Amino acid sequence: MSPDHRPSGPRHRLLSVLVENKAGVLARVAGLFSRRGYNIYSLAVAPTDNERFSRISIVVDVESSPLEQVVAQLDKLINVVDIGELHPDEAREAELLLVSVSADAGERSQVIQLVGVFSGRILDVGHEAITVMVAGTPETLDDFESLMRPYGIEGLQRTGRIALPKLEGRSSAIGARSQVADIA
Amino acid sequence: MEFTGAQALVKSLEMQEVEVIFGLPGGAILPVYDPIIDSSIRHILVRHEQGAGHMAEGYAHATGRPGVAMVTSGPGATNIVTPLADAYMDSIPLVCITGQVATSAIGTDAFQESDTTGITLGVTKHNWLVTDASDIPNVVREAFHVATTGRPGPVLIDFPKDVANDTMEWYWPEGVDLPGYHPPSHADPAAIAAAAALVFAAERPVIYAGGGILKSRASAALRELVDLTGIPVVTTLMARGSFPDSHRLCLGMPGMHGNYTAVTAMQRADLLIALGSRFDDRVTGKVSAFAPQAKVVHVDIDKAEIGKVRRPEVGILADCRLAIEALVEAIKASGPLDPGRLGAWMATLHQWQAEFPCTYDRSDPGSGGVVTGGRRPTLKPQFVIEALRASTPSDTILVSGVGQHQMWASQYWSFEHPNTWVNSGGLGTMGFAVPAAIGAKVGRPDRMVWAVDGDGCFQMTAQELATATAERIPVKIAILNNAYLGMVRQWQHMFYEERYSEVYLSPDLPDYVGWAESMGCVGLRVESPEEVTPAIEKANDIDDRPVVIDFRTDSMEQVFPMVPAGASNDDIVVYQSLSEARQ
Repeated sequence: MSPDHRPSGPRHRLLSVLVENKAGVLARVAGLFSRRGYNIYSLAVAPTDNERFSRISIVVDVESSPLEQVVAQLDKLINVVDIGELHPDEAREAELLLVSVSADAGERSQVIQLVGVFSGRILDVGHEAITVMVAGTPETLDDFESLMRPYGIEGLQRTGRIALPKLEGRSSAIGARSQVADIA
Repeated sequence: MEFTGAQALVKSLEMQEVEVIFGLPGGAILPVYDPIIDSSIRHILVRHEQGAGHMAEGYAHATGRPGVAMVTSGPGATNIVTPLADAYMDSIPLVCITGQVATSAIGTDAFQESDTTGITLGVTKHNWLVTDASDIPNVVREAFHVATTGRPGPVLIDFPKDVANDTMEWYWPEGVDLPGYHPPSHADPAAIAAAAALVFAAERPVIYAGGGILKSRASAALRELVDLTGIPVVTTLMARGSFPDSHRLCLGMPGMHGNYTAVTAMQRADLLIALGSRFDDRVTGKVSAFAPQAKVVHVDIDKAEIGKVRRPEVGILADCRLAIEALVEAIKASGPLDPGRLGAWMATLHQWQAEFPCTYDRSDPGSGGVVTGGRRPTLKPQFVIEALRASTPSDTILVSGVGQHQMWASQYWSFEHPNTWVNSGGLGTMGFAVPAAIGAKVGRPDRMVWAVDGDGCFQMTAQELATATAERIPVKIAILNNAYLGMVRQWQHMFYEERYSEVYLSPDLPDYVGWAESMGCVGLRVESPEEVTPAIEKANDIDDRPVVIDFRTDSMEQVFPMVPAGASNDDIVVYQSLSEARQ
C-alpha cells in the first residue's frame, strides 16, 4: 500500500453521515456512490443511541470527485439528515482488525509478543495458525498488518474507520458543542 | 373510519387534489382499481405504461402541477422507468404508483415481481415501499411534498397487494416529518448584493435562463429583471417560453443547435447570470472553452448544481423566483443603472443577429425554391414549423419528440408564454411527443395542443392515439416524415463520411394516414409547400378527435447551426448558404 493510499492520506476524507434508520438507506447511499462514479475506501454503519437514526462513516476517495460535490449529492438523499467531515486532527478515530496468521509453535511466541505490543487479543490458537484482534487508529493497524505479513496472512478483515469528534475539554465533556464541521 | 389500504390510497390522492391519473391495471394493483370507480379522480386508460408516464409528464409540463401515473408490478413498473428517468433529468414533478406482490412474497421471484424501488433508485428523487396500511396517508403526503418542492422531480410509491387489502383507521396528516429534507427558499442577502455589484460592473452581460425559471414560476420576475437592467437573455431548451421570443432582448436558444447570436453572446460575455440552469454539456460545448471571460452568478435550488460544472464567482442557493425578486430590489436600491452602458454590446449582438440568422434554403410557395426531380418543390421541415406557428394561437402548447424535428421546433417556433413548450431535454427520449401531448391537452383542455414529431419517434408510442380517441382528447400531431432517423443520419453525414448505418425508415412504411385512421384519428398527408397551411387549418378546425398530418419533408435537410460534440462553442457551424455567402 503506497503512502498515498493509506486511509489517512490526502486522497481520503472521512464523512460522518447521520441517516434515518429506514429500510434501504444503505442501498441509497451506496447506489449514489456507484451511480456518480465516486469511490468509497471504507464504510461502516450502525445505529446511534437514538433508534430513529444510524450513522454511516464513509472514507471517500476524493481523487474520483471533489468532496464538495459528493457531500452536496449525498445531502439530496431524503433520508440523509446531516453530513459532517471529520478532520483527522479534530476526531477520535478507531478501526478493528481481525487477522489469522500462519504461526507454528516456533513462531507463535513472536506473534503473541507483537499482539501484546499493539494491545491486541488472542481469539483463537491452532497448531499452524493464530487469530488475533487489534483495535486502533487506521495507521496503527496498517503497521500491525505489515508486521504480520512476513508470517503469512491466511485471512484478514478490517471494519473500516469509525469516528466521533474530539471533545473540547475534559471538564466540559457533557454537552460539548459538536466539532463535526457542518458542511451539508 | 376504517378504510382498506386501497381506499386510503385513493382517498389520499383526492386529498392531494389529484384530478387525473394516467394508468393501466394489472394483478398486483387490482385492489386499487376498485375504489377508482367511485372516485372523483378521472382515470385515463393508456395502451402502454410508458405512455402513462409521458402523459403525466406532459400534464405536469403544461400545468405546473404534479402528474400522477399508476401501473402494476413487474413489467408495468419496468415499462415506466423511462418516463421516470426522463422526469428526473428534466426536474418534472411526477408521482408514480406501482403495484407490488404481497409483502410475504417479496424476494421470492413471485409472478410479476420486480425490485421496483431498487430499479428506480437512481431515477427518482425518492421512493417508498409501503409495508403497513396505516402509513399510506403519510407516505402519499410526503411523496407529493418531495415531488413538488425544492428541485421538483419524480417520486415512486411501491404498493404491495396485501397492504392494499389490509384495513387502517383513516386520518390525514397535518404535515410531513422529513428530518433530512429542507429545500432552500430565500437567497442570502450578501450573495444577492455581490451579484448586484457584478451587474453594475458588467459591460457584456447575458442572462442564461434555464428550466428553473418555469419550475419556480419566475417568468414575470425575470421580465422585471430584464426590463430593469437591459440585459439580454438566452433561453435554454428547457426554458423556451419562460421569456417571450418577441422581446427585443430575447436572443433565443443557446447550445449545440442554438442560434449564432445566443451561442456567441455567451462566449464573449463578461458576466453570465445563470438562473435555474445547469451548464449542461449541450449548452457549454467544451467546458474549458466555454464563456472564458465571463464571471458567473449561478442561482439554483439544488446545491449540487452550483459549481458542478463551472465554479461561479457568486453562487446563490435559493428558489429562482425569490432570488430574482431579491436581485431586482438590490439593484433598485443601489441606484439607477446607466441605460446606455450596454450600447456597444447590444450593437454587437444586433450585428450578429443580422449577419447570422437561423435560416434555410426556402422552398415555400412563391419563393422559387429548390425543385427536385423536375417535379414538385421539396418540402422543408423548417417551413412546416413556421407555417404551423403562423396558423395557431400564440398560447398554443407545442410538444416535441427528440431529434432534428425537436431542434427545428425550438428554433423556428416563437414562444411567447411559459409552459407552452413540452419536450424531453436531458434524457432525449424518442417517443415522448404523442403521449406528452395527450397529457398536456388533458391538463389544459382550453389550449390548442400540437405535437411536432419525427417519423422515428412517432412509431415508438403512436398507439396512445387510441387512448386519445377513446378519451376524446383532440391533440394534433405533425409528423415531419423524412424517412430517416434524421439526427443520427446527420451525424453519420458529418462525422462518419456519409456511411449511413441503420437509419433508413421508409416514408411509406407504415402508412401514417392509414395508421392514424385505424386509431380513430383524422389522417392527412402533405407533400408540397402549397398544401401545408390548408392542411393545418383543416386540422385546427377538428376538435372532436385527434389529427395526424404526415408531412413528407426533405430527407437531406440538416440542423444548423451546430457545435460539433466536444468542440468549443467558438467553432459553431452555421447554415451552408450563410457561410458560403460570407466567403
